[in-house]
Amino acid sequence: MTPPEIAITVHVNGRSYAERVPPRLLLSDFLRHHLGLTGTHVGCEHGVCGACTVLLDGAAVRSCLLLAVQTDGAQITTVEGLAGDGERLHPLQEAFREMHGLQCGFCTPGFLLTAVELLRDTPHPDDLTIRRDLAGNLCRCTGYQNIVHAVRRAAELMGRR
Amino acid sequence: MTTRAIGARIPRNEDPRLLRGHGCFVDDVNPADGLHGAVLRSPHAHARIVSIDTSRARALPGVDLVLTAADLGEVNQPTPLLIPNPHLTYPRTPRPLAADEVRFVGEPVAFVVARDRYLAEDALAAIDLTWEPLPVVASVEAALAEGAPLVHADVPGNRAARMAQQVGDPAGALARAARVLRERLYIERSCGSPIEARGVAAEYDRRAGTLRVWVSTQAPLPIKNGLARIFGLPEFKVDVIAPDVGGGFGTKIMLFYPEEILVPFAAIRLGRPVKWTEDRREHLIAATQERGQRHDVEVAVDEDGRILAIRDRFVHDAGAYTPYGIVVPIITSTQLPGPYRLRNYAVEFDVVYTNTAMVTPYRGAGRPHGAFVMERVIGLIARELSLEPAEVRRRNFIQPHEFPWDVGLTFQDGGPTRYDSGNYPLGLELALERIDAADFRRRQAEARRERRYLGLGIGCYVEGTGIGPYEGAHVRVEPSGKVYVATGLTTQGQGHHTTFAQIAADALGCDPADVTVVTGDTRKFNWGAGTFASRGLVTSGNAIGIAARKVRDKALRIAAGLLEVSLDDLELTGGAVRVRGVPDTALALGALATVANPIRYAYGKEASEAALRLVKPREGAVLAPGEEPGLEAYAYYAPPQATFASGCHAAIVEVDIATGDVKILRYVVQHDCGTVVNPTVVEGQIHGGVAQGIGGALYERIVYDDQGQPLAATFMDFLLPTAMEIPEIEIIHTETPSPLNPLGIKGVGEAGAIPVPALIAEAVDDALAPFGVRVREMPLNPSRVLELVTEGRERGRGAG
Amino acid sequence: MKPPAFEYVRVGTTEEAVAELARDGEDTKLLAGGQSLMPMLNMRLAMPRRLIDLNRVGELEYIREREDGVAIGAMTRQRAVEKSALVARQVPLLADAMPWVGHFQIRNRGTIGGSLAHADPAAELPAVAVCLDARVTVRGPEGSRTLTSEQLYRSYFTTTLASTEILTEIWFPAPPARTGHAWLEFARRHGDYALVGVAAAVTLRDESIAEARLALTGVGGRPTRARDAERRLVGRRGSDAVLEDAADSVRQTIQPASDIHGTAEYRRRLAGTLTVRALRLAIERAGRAPSRTT
Ligand SMILES: Cc1cc2nc3c(=O)[nH]c(=O)nc-3n(C[C@H](O)[C@H](O)[C@H](O)COP(=O)(O)OP(=O)(O)OC[C@H]3O[C@@H](n4cnc5c(N)ncnc54)[C@H](O)[C@@H]3O)c2cc1C
Ligand code: FES
Ligand code: FES
Repeated sequence: MTPPEIAITVHVNGRSYAERVPPRLLLSDFLRHHLGLTGTHVGCEHGVCGACTVLLDGAAVRSCLLLAVQTDGAQITTVEGLAGDGERLHPLQEAFREMHGLQCGFCTPGFLLTAVELLRDTPHPDDLTIRRDLAGNLCRCTGYQNIVHAVRRAAELMGRR
Repeated sequence: MTTRAIGARIPRNEDPRLLRGHGCFVDDVNPADGLHGAVLRSPHAHARIVSIDTSRARALPGVDLVLTAADLGEVNQPTPLLIPNPHLTYPRTPRPLAADEVRFVGEPVAFVVARDRYLAEDALAAIDLTWEPLPVVASVEAALAEGAPLVHADVPGNRAARMAQQVGDPAGALARAARVLRERLYIERSCGSPIEARGVAAEYDRRAGTLRVWVSTQAPLPIKNGLARIFGLPEFKVDVIAPDVGGGFGTKIMLFYPEEILVPFAAIRLGRPVKWTEDRREHLIAATQERGQRHDVEVAVDEDGRILAIRDRFVHDAGAYTPYGIVVPIITSTQLPGPYRLRNYAVEFDVVYTNTAMVTPYRGAGRPHGAFVMERVIGLIARELSLEPAEVRRRNFIQPHEFPWDVGLTFQDGGPTRYDSGNYPLGLELALERIDAADFRRRQAEARRERRYLGLGIGCYVEGTGIGPYEGAHVRVEPSGKVYVATGLTTQGQGHHTTFAQIAADALGCDPADVTVVTGDTRKFNWGAGTFASRGLVTSGNAIGIAARKVRDKALRIAAGLLEVSLDDLELTGGAVRVRGVPDTALALGALATVANPIRYAYGKEASEAALRLVKPREGAVLAPGEEPGLEAYAYYAPPQATFASGCHAAIVEVDIATGDVKILRYVVQHDCGTVVNPTVVEGQIHGGVAQGIGGALYERIVYDDQGQPLAATFMDFLLPTAMEIPEIEIIHTETPSPLNPLGIKGVGEAGAIPVPALIAEAVDDALAPFGVRVREMPLNPSRVLELVTEGRERGRGAG
Repeated sequence: MKPPAFEYVRVGTTEEAVAELARDGEDTKLLAGGQSLMPMLNMRLAMPRRLIDLNRVGELEYIREREDGVAIGAMTRQRAVEKSALVARQVPLLADAMPWVGHFQIRNRGTIGGSLAHADPAAELPAVAVCLDARVTVRGPEGSRTLTSEQLYRSYFTTTLASTEILTEIWFPAPPARTGHAWLEFARRHGDYALVGVAAAVTLRDESIAEARLALTGVGGRPTRARDAERRLVGRRGSDAVLEDAADSVRQTIQPASDIHGTAEYRRRLAGTLTVRALRLAIERAGRAPSRTT
């Protein structure tokens, strides 16, 4: 019969949430529907599109391929946590706006969080590195060009700060 | 504001919200107490439903409702035929739930509503069905074969439609010509596959009797009016909202999708909100698809490579139903001539049912197929006469002085296919120059010596855009001075919140950042059609321009009265009206808006000051007869006919003859969409279109086996290209304004995708010319490229 | 696309995991990185009654130098292997292949053990293991046993592990002196499973080939060692003709299948092409390799 719910505590964008969840609940659904953090999007639920990317203890991962129960005790960053509370956008967000790196915006949160790890690993990436590391995220609107330019621009902005 | 807002590269108004994760897509709408739906879909391409038993599913915990065709009663009518056409002799549309027979894998059979999607999917597995499989036709070849099984028992020969059009005397010209070339060409199934799949949420307020529906759609207004009729509700009690839409590309225009009826039905039945979100597998098997045509083309050509006549016969795969009529093949047939002078042309097509997903327009909507055929013909002539394909194009282009050019055919909208303006020869030369075509043959020869195979491909197109019927707009200046714009169509990434704001700002002399645009919400604007066919900016854009100019005129009129000067002495800049050359006479738009409302309770300090300062003692009624309160206006724009955008793409590819890999080394786009409102946004549209075109040419393919089972039902098999596959795209803007509308705009939404398959075919041909390769199909995968090389070599051996 | 209901058991040690499996191995699945299992659950292609989550078994997460080679714990993330200096030095073929496994976000979660146990015939790691004769350790109710990586694979997505066994470690031997490696593959898109992949390791003595190892993905039901081709190479110099001869052998001995991304014939040709290219690269690298491993 229905397996029992499991109590978990998860720290998302600096806030702690204690919840009871069914074992099969996907992290993506937990974030979106239990915590109301709908900025994390779902495009395929089989690990290919990258729209659901979040940072799990700092590493970019597919939230559709994780169970919420697995993240008990973990630190998670979603797109809502990127800029902090102020008016100011994260340099990646600024750069995406400046370079027109988004159209419908559905894939964007996944690209932003992927790029956070990309720039942490490679602060001054060349275009090939950017393209290779973004290849795990699909965008149907932009043809990627302006996303690549935006990541390059963000590297500049971050280098300056 | 001295610079014009139109034409400026300004960042988008919609971005900060989307970048922070504060967008609102349909699946983000979470009404309290909401339930979740899941659809049971046919596993068979063609079968009869012998029995269906939902008792086990209904008994599961957390399940609130299970619907089958029988439960829907009167609502389970065939969905409307959107665009009837006399040539569509056997239109067939699906019912929300299949009643006794299914005709493609993925066709909805039952709908479950449960506490969450997990439980709803559990319940799908507990519905017991007995099927009687029926014979399947999974391709047009199978559908047209002698004695083929019938997709619809009452549609003889599986033929939904046959249509022919002609100009001049093609038969005569073909008969007289010394040279007639022939070719059979294929373009296969693909689909739009936006990253946000479809979704519907509905909420019914029993006390008020109002139905509110959120749909990830390109056309909420027709859905609203349709739902009102289907559920017998007054139109004013139904609201349909397309909130943020995560890409559409045509896939989200087909209406009605079954779920757009099932979800509201369940919400009304249960009195609780219900939501259904399409998953990727559902999208890839059951959302609408496109492309899928087989052409037999003949061309008569003179010794100089001038085209004397073309006759094309083609078969269009409609899938299992024709809810969108025969728009796609009509577009193919009328846009096939492209930028070329074609005085003798005959085209005839058959539309054929198959046991596959339905076909409705997908970005390009029949045009990539037409361009593929026409541009392959150019290549055929070039090879026959040993000319450069570019040269064949030069010899056949419509010349700049020949506009308006009447192709002589009836277009998709029932109007003429009459090109309004353009400069095709210039476009070609600009693209060739940018890609350094002059030096290419030398580089190609050099590379071949190292056994590297480079090819140059060109693709030209003309695209009928901005078709009617019409769109409208509401523009209002609020007392805060901020401007509010509402229009009926939707936005799914095209930047309308910015470009529409630019158009309004341009007329009102204010900052586009002060203009808020609302789209896709029937509560805010109740008239119009939707966003498709590269028509948004032409139709709504012009309507907004007209409405904003009305507002501007009213502001000037009010100001003239207040300042007691003549209209001619006033100017509107920087968000204020002033007497020319007298800065301290400035009256801010917000102040004028306050004064324009006779109920001028002073909302805030500025407003009360403005009222006190400006309003004079009155005589008579506060509103003169015919005068309306507020600084606002409504306007509509109905284009007289389509406006025709054009462009020329050029690319250099390298083909690895050991792996079959086709690498794009350079990609240049020249395009002409008339007046450019925001170059950044236009470039974005083109980048995305080209990427989709490249996907369609080299990666994406919807494949069915001979039993109609879809074989590309996940993103592991339906291959959207990634950042590694799409090259940098270099863009050349040319602006030949359209004489047909006030802003001189032409559409650009689909342009990028149209010529890509044609161009890749020409480039691969060119690269593999040493092997005698001739590309006759799209898409090409590496496996197929190597087969072509082998076939070419064998032919060469046979000949030599 | 939501997973079916299952019971979830989180274990902290290998021993616990083995005990849980022993309690009821049927209808139970081990959850490692989840990068293959979770998509299958979401699509309900797998419907286990119970999941045993290995992600907190810290003792299975390590990369260590051992017995003139490198031992890697099953729960080590692919990304950690990719970034490991020890792996780059001692198992260059593995380092070469690692970035080809999916995308970095996949490798952030995906594990070495999961990839080996999943037994996808298109996967990189099994072929690398088979190429290098890596040894696999598995643990069951009766204790541990060691098998060669070739012994691990039975057929498409099937290993020889019992339902009560856990793969705990893989050990790769360090290469002999003057050895060069190459991993080459061809995929439809960057990050996809390859249509065909080739692992090559070549050891030179003087100017000729002393030892050659070749393993391929995507050409049959399991990672395929091309033994005949290897034999044809030994004692010869790496001329074009010799490499072509090896490729011929590969083309003749493999049994690829057709699918929507390529015909069997295409995969056969691709295997030949990649064999030549991989061998050439490995030989070139062997020529530059130090004559003694450090
Ligand atoms: C988009 C995408 C692209 C990918 N591309 C590639 C690619 O190009 N090449 C490639 O090789 N892989 C690719 N993968 C798969 C990825 O490498 C997986 O991580 C890997 O195949 C499985 O490892 P895992 O740790 O995620 O295992 P899981 O998914 O957790 O498990 C896989 C299977 O192995 C079993 N298992 C796991 N650990 C053990 C153990 N210790 N003992 C016994 N059984 C065990 C599980 O029960 C399950 O049956 C891709 C995945 C995705 C989503
Ligand atoms: S939704 Fe997770 S990768 Fe697509
Ligand atoms: S911006 Fe629409 S999918 Fe990327």
